[in-house]
Amino acid sequence: MTEPGGGYRMWEVFVRPRRGLSYVHAGSLHAPDAETALQAGRDVYSRRGEAASIWVVPSSEITASDPDDSVAFFDVIDKPYRHATAYEIPDEVGQM
Amino acid sequence: MSPEDGFEALLDAEEKVEPADWMPDGYRKTLIRQIAQHAHSEIIGMQPEGNWITRAPSLKRKAILMAKVQDEAGHGLYLYSAAETLGITRDEMVDLLHRGRHKYSSIFNYPTLSWADMGAIGWLVDGAAITNQVMLTRCSFGPYARAMVRICREESFHQRQGYEILIALCKGTDEQRAMAQDSLNRWWWPSLMMFGPHDSASTHSEQSAAWKIKRVSNDDLRQQFVDMTVPQAEYLGLTIPDPDLAWNAERGHYDFGDIDWNEFWSVVKGDGPMNRERIEHKRRAWDDGAWVRQAAAAYAARRETAATA
Repeated sequence: MTEPGGGYRMWEVFVRPRRGLSYVHAGSLHAPDAETALQAGRDVYSRRGEAASIWVVPSSEITASDPDDSVAFFDVIDKPYRHATAYEIPDEVGQM
Repeated sequence: MSPEDGFEALLDAEEKVEPADWMPDGYRKTLIRQIAQHAHSEIIGMQPEGNWITRAPSLKRKAILMAKVQDEAGHGLYLYSAAETLGITRDEMVDLLHRGRHKYSSIFNYPTLSWADMGAIGWLVDGAAITNQVMLTRCSFGPYARAMVRICREESFHQRQGYEILIALCKGTDEQRAMAQDSLNRWWWPSLMMFGPHDSASTHSEQSAAWKIKRVSNDDLRQQFVDMTVPQAEYLGLTIPDPDLAWNAERGHYDFGDIDWNEFWSVVKGDGPMNRERIEHKRRAWDDGAWVRQAAAAYAARRETAATA
């Protein structure tokens, strides 16, 4: 059997509690191939029925932004007008 | 259980159908047509408002309008992705739109003649779209329903900024109030047409209802929209251009006049004031952007070669 690190790769696990919802990242694990990663994903991240189905994706396939760059990367902080609450709508015209 | 029964069981249980599930051919085709048309509407819908970005009356209004047009682009992209899960490619959809084989909402074939139109579009056109889209968050196809949830969350800003523009105009000078009224006069009926033909004349409605794609009928959605909008017009002190509009206490709804279906069908068939211009502009933007797409692809290919070398 291959030792972790020797032939194993890292996988990211996404779970969805029921049909109709989006898959959400749950965590990572080590596995030698996709099928094993699926089974391990079930065992590690859905022992209490958290998932109706899961995705596994090789971690190396994920491209991520740098959290330290978040201010420069997401420049929305100074744009309150993108939010509905930035507009004064009188109560008497109903919900909008 | 047969695939057909499995599909019906999902619908009966109010569960979502997901891309990998078996689905009838007609269901798939209907959704591709509807989601692509919806995506195209978001994309073409950038034009009438983009028309006013350089002429917005203040820097604040300009920033808001840019943010809104940017949202429409984003909404188009959510929807193209949802359609792609059904097996059509984005290039195919774009091509079908450019060749006039795919439609988009007829409302965008009307011109935006004054600044007040930015208000009326947010209030009425987005208001009508929201009425329809809130229903679609409960659509049976998972990726479409999820895209709708995301879009509805963002649309509230669109409607409110539009209504706020009109509040400002209606509290302004006589000329500004007249501009707001003129805008309502031009956008009211096309907005009611956004809900589509009467239920009795709507070809796809019955099957779409059975498949739980469409959960409220055209006429019911239209009524909902009218009931919601009349008090909002009253608050603005504007007059809805319909002499037959009246509260019906017995029904608990507003009665309203007949839609000019000749106008509706003529715009659908391509003879609205802006049909040709909208598609020409879209094609031109696509062609003008070809070098950007090619350069990006060439750069990606070169980086990949460098990485494997």
